[in-house]
Amino acid sequence: MAPTVALAGNPNAGKTTLFNELTGSRQHVGNYPGVTVEKKEGTFVRDGFRLHIVDLPGTYSLTAYSLEEVVARDFLVNQKPEVVINIVDASNLDRNLYLAVQFLEMGIPICIALNMIDVAKKRGIKVNAAKLSSLLGVPVIPTIARSGKGKKELMDSAFQIIQEHHKLNPLKISYGADIDPVLAEMEMEIAANHFLTDTYQARWVALKYMESDEQILALGRKADADLSGRLEDLVGKVARHLQNTLDTYPEAVIADQRYGYINSILKQGVIYHKYDRNRLYSSDRIDKVLTNRFLGPLIMLAVIAGLYHFTFTYSKQPVAWMESFFGWLAAMVSAVVPEGLLQSLIVSGIIDGVGGVLGFVPLIMFMFFGIAILEDSGYLARVAFMLDRIFRIFGLHGSSVMAFIVSGGIAGGCAVPGVMATRTLKSPRERLATLLTVPFMNCGAKLPVFALLIATFFAKYEAFIMFLITLGAWAGALLVAKLLRVTVIKGAATPFVMELPPYRMPTFKGLAIHTWERTWQYIKKAGTVILGLSIVLWAMMTFPGLPDSKIQEFEALRRAEISRVPPGIADELKAVDDNIELSDSARHLKEKLLRIDAQQAEAGLRYSIAGRIGGALETVSQWAGFDWRTNIALVGGFAAKEVVVSTLGTAYSLGEVNPEQSTSLSDTLAKDPGWSPLMAIGLIVFTMFYSPCFVSVVCISKESGSWKWGAFAMAFNTVLAFFLAVLIFQMGSALGFLVK
Amino acid sequence: MEMRINMRNMRDNQAGTIASIKVSGELGRRIRDMGLVPGTEIKVQGRAPLYDPVALRVRGATLTLRNNEADYIEVEVDQ
Repeated sequence: MAPTVALAGNPNAGKTTLFNELTGSRQHVGNYPGVTVEKKEGTFVRDGFRLHIVDLPGTYSLTAYSLEEVVARDFLVNQKPEVVINIVDASNLDRNLYLAVQFLEMGIPICIALNMIDVAKKRGIKVNAAKLSSLLGVPVIPTIARSGKGKKELMDSAFQIIQEHHKLNPLKISYGADIDPVLAEMEMEIAANHFLTDTYQARWVALKYMESDEQILALGRKADADLSGRLEDLVGKVARHLQNTLDTYPEAVIADQRYGYINSILKQGVIYHKYDRNRLYSSDRIDKVLTNRFLGPLIMLAVIAGLYHFTFTYSKQPVAWMESFFGWLAAMVSAVVPEGLLQSLIVSGIIDGVGGVLGFVPLIMFMFFGIAILEDSGYLARVAFMLDRIFRIFGLHGSSVMAFIVSGGIAGGCAVPGVMATRTLKSPRERLATLLTVPFMNCGAKLPVFALLIATFFAKYEAFIMFLITLGAWAGALLVAKLLRVTVIKGAATPFVMELPPYRMPTFKGLAIHTWERTWQYIKKAGTVILGLSIVLWAMMTFPGLPDSKIQEFEALRRAEISRVPPGIADELKAVDDNIELSDSARHLKEKLLRIDAQQAEAGLRYSIAGRIGGALETVSQWAGFDWRTNIALVGGFAAKEVVVSTLGTAYSLGEVNPEQSTSLSDTLAKDPGWSPLMAIGLIVFTMFYSPCFVSVVCISKESGSWKWGAFAMAFNTVLAFFLAVLIFQMGSALGFLVK
Repeated sequence: MEMRINMRNMRDNQAGTIASIKVSGELGRRIRDMGLVPGTEIKVQGRAPLYDPVALRVRGATLTLRNNEADYIEVEVDQ
């Protein structure tokens, strides 16, 4: 097997760029702290010699504070890479060396890539790499990952480490008179009892106990509860002593001493600053405008509106192409495959299902491209910075805003890209709460439902009601987020401490790779599951088919209609030629036959599993004033919200109803005694809040890493929506409000 | 005159040296990992439009933290 080289370093140090440079597999280069969450692997080949390269998630430390750190540490411990290339940002040397020191303390063979020396030079920072190397005892190679400079020397040095294969003695830093003796005592105990020493070095285990590292503590308690207890007692004693004398904590002292060690090295002529370190650079001057108290929010509004416009306006044409392609495909299949179950399965089940997935692709590509620009340029971190105060109230994070906007925070978005946009969020609890609440936004598919109901019952107040619906969605989403954050996703806010990376010009290539990678993940992840589910939904609305006796009844009705007119007229209908103008009586007959078809479709729907579910639910749903027809329509809406309109059409025997032009349905509803403006409000609210469509559910499950959360979204949202609808209907009825 | 104030109370563009960070656990670790330890020179670069979070210039980079996180940090400033 090829030797393994791990790339490690702080976020924004240029790790991913170097990875691309080494492996040639072009990937995402982000600018938002911690964008590399997955494990990326590649192969480096030189002179027929192969190296297995692993890009570890960007971390500031190895304290097992975040998931990324645990992932990185576990990899280093379990996979034991032959060498770790630690990429450090030369313009930010002391902070970056904090991680390097921890590698050295673990005794991991590292080789330091002193990256971005060009940026450092521009900032008047000079670093003596040779001096740093001799002081740390590891190779230090100046590099510029963006241009590939220093790559050869870096790999030479990595090869050398692999070939020499010598054991590195872990670095021992003095942690002061309070900690050092206890650490030595613990180290001896640990070594004597071979406590966790199969995997870790004794001193390192002692150090992690001193730092109260939860992961190591848990491992230790499992391995030897007795010894672990003794070690914890020793730490407890030191902690109390430090608390009493210096009002501090062991972990704080350790961090201090690490920085102290780094400073003592840097002071020995390693680094030279020409200017004041905290002087402002062009990036900071841009920030003076972009995060300005007054201009900042205005510019942000414009940028967000721009992103929205870009995503939904420019993707319209490609989406239309996709739709017409699948429409054409469906027509082709319908022409070739004889009418019947097979045709229905292929057209309504498979093509509609696959079309449903691929139909989103242009939208997702545009959205990711837009977000990639904001992310790679560094602007997204500023958005989080500016909005955090508001979103924090609801237990969310400043970065949540993008997901909400894309999902339909400005009516007409889509929850699928919205759910995927939560990837830019680093805090796990905040991210989950965002994931689960973005589907409350008014996506484009809910709009036809609203349009139908508003046109039917509130035609005069269209704009006002739409405005209320938008406000209602935001209020609902934020309040539910808050509710979730104090119940099922309870937990303190994840610290906001993050870096505002310098603004950088995104490269088109980087954006393209970024966009394509994420879009492809969507197609791959969602595609298979959604195809299966759409077949299930199709089956639910198709089976069991009407019994033969019923079908015979409709056939008889048709024959009766035909026999009522002279035979020539029926023949006229059979001649399928659109160019021939039908006679009045033939048109009359055609309408009658179509009506029978529609009645048969209604009966078929009612008879199907979905119809039976709808009927069975009536006993409950009547509390909100919904009859079986509405119920089936809402079940159908699980496939995609606009299906509510077309299913209502079928349920009201109107045949195929185009969601965009639903006037006939509107007339029917207005006349139907079961409908009232009050019930319409209830239905609007229900549509806003009930289960996300199944494409969203699949995405929620995939993004949250568990089907549990997908199921939760379906159940919780539906219960909440139903509760609201019942509340509206019952209160309104009691007050005699808006009842017909 | 030197005096100790809470980081929350620092003015924009005010510079100082971190005197103490009184928090342990996840937040404390995060703060220290980002390079904020006693003795570090900092400068308030600005605040978000709603005065929270605050942006700091630290060791040549810009960090942000919320006011309630800054509350744990005491800073030695020139008055």
